[in-house]
Amino acid sequence: MNNRLRVLRAERGWSQGDLAERLQVSRQSVNAIETGRYDPSLPLAFRIAKLFALPVEAIFLSEV
Amino acid sequence: MGPRNPAQRRYVLRVAIATAAYLITLAAAVRLVGRGEVTGPLAWLLALLPGLSVAGFFWAIGRLLIEEKDEYLRMLLVRQVLVATAFALSITSVWGFLENFRLVDHVDAYWVAILWFFGLGVGAFVNRLTLGTAGGGCA
Repeated sequence: MNNRLRVLRAERGWSQGDLAERLQVSRQSVNAIETGRYDPSLPLAFRIAKLFALPVEAIFLSEV
Repeated sequence: MGPRNPAQRRYVLRVAIATAAYLITLAAAVRLVGRGEVTGPLAWLLALLPGLSVAGFFWAIGRLLIEEKDEYLRMLLVRQVLVATAFALSITSVWGFLENFRLVDHVDAYWVAILWFFGLGVGAFVNRLTLGTAGGGCA
């Protein structure tokens, strides 16, 4: 699944570590999600959406 | 590897305790049971303790799976454990049949655990190869 996490993070000037700290996850998690190697669970996806004040579908883009 | 999270720190502590218990109980069992200085129920108890200490490693990994709050690191650990299990059981299955047909020598059963622990390293390697990171947990 594609996502806009890297762009949204860069817009705010956050490092992967900054975002990881705000989401209370590991930096590896942020890296894996950004690079599309890992799709987060629904609860984590909603936490990400809440942090960026956007709907989930504005961050995670369906391929179908 | 980055700084350890609380679940990983607890895992390291538990593994250290299990390792200490294993070394102490193995030395005691070898000295007392191995040389025939103790027999009967006490010999049984002493002979059980090294194996139960090894079970402590499995318990520590089980607790890490439960206590790891980061879902990605937890997934890496699950993959690592599955690779270790497939690795150990595949080798011991093949060896078992070879042994059954008297083509190889008998190997003590505790080698399953040794192979499994080695398999955790293989699992970390597979994670690094396929996902770019070994994981932050065990091995």
